[in-house]
Amino acid sequence: MEGLTLSDAEQKYYSDLFSYCDIESTKKVAANGRVLELFRAAQLPNDVVLQIMELCGATRLGYFGRSQFYIALKLVAVAQSGFPLRVESINTVKDLPLPRFVASKNEQESRHAASYSSDSENQGSYSGVIPPPPGRGQVKKGSVSHDTVQPRTSADQQEPASPVVSPQQSPPTSPHTWRKHSRHPSGGNSERPLAGPGPFWSPFGEAQSGSSAGDAVWSGHSPPPPQETWVSFADTPPTSTLLTMHPASVQDQTTVRTVASATTANEIRRQSSSYDDPWKITDEQRQYYVNQFKTIQPDLNGFIPGSAAKEFFTKSKLPILELSHIWELSDFDKDGALTLDEFCAAFHLVVARKNGYDLPEKLPESLMPKLIDLEDSADVGDQPGEVGYSGSPAEAPPSKSPSMPSLNQTWPELNQSSEQWETFSERSSSSQTLTQFDSNIAPADPDTAIVHPVPIRMTPSKIHMQEMELKRTGSDHTNPTSPLLVKPSDLSEESKINSSVKFASGNTVDGYSSSDSFTSDPEQIGNNVTHQRSHSGTSPDNTAPPPPPPRPQPSHSRSSSLDMNRTFAVTTGQQQAGVVAHPPAVPPRPQPSQAPGPVVHRPVDADGLITHTSTSPQQIPEQPNFADFSQFEVFAASNVNEEQDDEAEKHPDILPVEKASDSASSLRVAKTDSKIEEKTAASVPANVSKGTTPLAPPPKPVRRRLKSEDELRPEVDEHTQKTGVLAAVLASQPSIPRSVGKDKKAIQASIRRNKETNTVLARLNSELQQQLKDVLEERISLEVQLEQLRPFSHL
Amino acid sequence: MAVCVAVIAKENYPLYIRSIPTENELKFHYMVHTSLDVVDEKISAMGKALVDQRELYLGLLYPTEDYKLCSYGYVTNSKVKFVMVVDSSNTALRDNEIRSMFRKLHNSYTDVMCNPFYNPGDRIQSRAFDSMVTSMMVQVC
Repeated sequence: MEGLTLSDAEQKYYSDLFSYCDIESTKKVAANGRVLELFRAAQLPNDVVLQIMELCGATRLGYFGRSQFYIALKLVAVAQSGFPLRVESINTVKDLPLPRFVASKNEQESRHAASYSSDSENQGSYSGVIPPPPGRGQVKKGSVSHDTVQPRTSADQQEPASPVVSPQQSPPTSPHTWRKHSRHPSGGNSERPLAGPGPFWSPFGEAQSGSSAGDAVWSGHSPPPPQETWVSFADTPPTSTLLTMHPASVQDQTTVRTVASATTANEIRRQSSSYDDPWKITDEQRQYYVNQFKTIQPDLNGFIPGSAAKEFFTKSKLPILELSHIWELSDFDKDGALTLDEFCAAFHLVVARKNGYDLPEKLPESLMPKLIDLEDSADVGDQPGEVGYSGSPAEAPPSKSPSMPSLNQTWPELNQSSEQWETFSERSSSSQTLTQFDSNIAPADPDTAIVHPVPIRMTPSKIHMQEMELKRTGSDHTNPTSPLLVKPSDLSEESKINSSVKFASGNTVDGYSSSDSFTSDPEQIGNNVTHQRSHSGTSPDNTAPPPPPPRPQPSHSRSSSLDMNRTFAVTTGQQQAGVVAHPPAVPPRPQPSQAPGPVVHRPVDADGLITHTSTSPQQIPEQPNFADFSQFEVFAASNVNEEQDDEAEKHPDILPVEKASDSASSLRVAKTDSKIEEKTAASVPANVSKGTTPLAPPPKPVRRRLKSEDELRPEVDEHTQKTGVLAAVLASQPSIPRSVGKDKKAIQASIRRNKETNTVLARLNSELQQQLKDVLEERISLEVQLEQLRPFSHL
Repeated sequence: MAVCVAVIAKENYPLYIRSIPTENELKFHYMVHTSLDVVDEKISAMGKALVDQRELYLGLLYPTEDYKLCSYGYVTNSKVKFVMVVDSSNTALRDNEIRSMFRKLHNSYTDVMCNPFYNPGDRIQSRAFDSMVTSMMVQVC
């Protein structure tokens, strides 16, 4: 089709007429019958009409598509203006008045004609919009019930066709009500201008606020012809209601308008009274909407989920794009669900759209959800922000409806809140930075773990700590490790936990699987630590904090008591050997009953212990006996009660903790030297081997204590079991030699122990490797993050 | 101010691309396309690290004769990328501004996604989104 440029007024007018003719609401094709009627109403000779039809291409196509219809209308205007009918004339003729259709039967059209004719000069934007209403008033027909814009004058709106309104109603409506209701939107029909409530209302808003901008435009566009209409309008007082569109004009005066202004004054007043009329929802409409809402969501205070709303509104057969826009407008808080108010607004918009009204760019104020409610609620601040964001994609709203009562307050806030909105997100991003910060700390752990109990992440830090300690202990069997042990235990629970965890992890097959135990460890560790701390408060130095005070344990469920002893012994020995010793010593001591199972672990423990004690594994068989006793003696001497030792042994669970604490305590106990270690080591394997009662008597009381502790710390069963096993083994070992006292057995025991030690060490090694890998990975990830944080300046 | 804004889906097809109509738009489109490679490179580099909300600024990716064009990228957790070509001849250091612009983009994008009538993967035709982008675009006189 030839390019057709229409002014806004024309656009609206034509659209309106098209909708009128589009009785099947196809939005695409105007019913031929209607079109012909319309053309006849144009009072043009038939041949002209035929010519027009040919020119617009309808005869070719056989129907009136929208473009054809528009072209036809334009040609009608051309013809009515007396210009020759040419294809080019549709675009070349300037200031073409709107086509006039005089149809006796069709009030509407006449109305339209009248209103739009008044518009003729209004080629401006909405300015064209405004005049029509008055024009309408002038329409001879009494049909001037154009109250179009004014829903209040319902009586008038009986136009048969209520232009676009009627038949094509959304599915769930009763035509009647619809017509009535549609009047509101249809009010716009006669006032096509309403099609753009946004721009339309802005002038109103401005007007109301006293700005004469709209008026200026309006007045500018109210040249003589309109005046006539206005005058005539004035003549028709009853129809004065039509002058809804003169909101601003009231204040503004142009001489031309004097008369009109008189009438418009009424209009304006009325306008101000019903500010958002075109989009206002009448009670009937509202009731209808509410009923519809109930069908979907019985609870009026509830939400309609997006999917349900989508189905519902899809039934209205509007294009998805328009429905999407309606949703954007109506979902005020952008939550993907519709409250009752939002639903009514959406429904109203759908109705309007179906009646031919163009969708506004911004949600009309009358359709805004009751912000008052929001204001009442606590999130006043939020709501405005949300409103600002959803309702004002741009910043226009505030300027548009300053006069809106309820929204006035919100509008100015919107912008601010939109900024706040952003700040919120900024905060969130800052929180992200926080997390990143945390991750940054992690790498520091391995480096500084020596002294800093960096309690950031239990698990990873533990791992780090463990690695650290293991490395250290493995590297040098000197004090550095002990400080490690000491300090963590001294300084914080976490550190102790870390160390203990390390122990635990070291003991567990896969260092990380025992995260549970880790978590449990802290508790125990905490307990131990606290105990230790209480003791150690005074000895921050290498001297490990006093081992946890003996905990009376009613029963010794585990031979772990033995383990404790061994653990302590081992730890003491480890202290000498280094921190690394501790981890292996920590492994959960399996209960005596579990001796067979955890044997593997025990060896680990034992080995761990033993390795450190590696000084003289051979001595184990002999020393265990000695060690046990000496252990006890030493413990007793060094604050580390036998109980503690026993506890250490008994607390397989606590091993990790205890290891830490033990290490601490063991540090003190270190005085007993390797003997104890050996003893414990021996005892552990002995326990492992025997894993039962042959444990020396001393372990038993320890066991009891351990048991109580164990009860307290059930989680670390794994570790405790392991350590218990080890402890048991170790404990049993000394007993063996004692009981047997034969070289053979001693040798066998020592061999066993050595093997266990080997296994333990091997496991340790693998665990350490894993830890190393993890740490490296972390390091890499951190480096990557660091790079990301650093702005790139390459390329 | 931005001269071109593009929203790229996870599969690297554009969901929305809009630029100032004055300049040769193809150039902007090309810049967006090349920056996609950089974006992907950064995404893969992250690996296990958290998906950074704020993607690194690509910096001076494509200096042109007229004015320096910088393209900035932004990746969401769902691998939806926002690429913005900015005319940096006016103000040089506007890191925060760029971030705020991306945040606005992201918020508008989530609003679009919340619309039940919007099918993920469709072109973005939201008017609200358009107006927001318009507000960010350079006002070329």
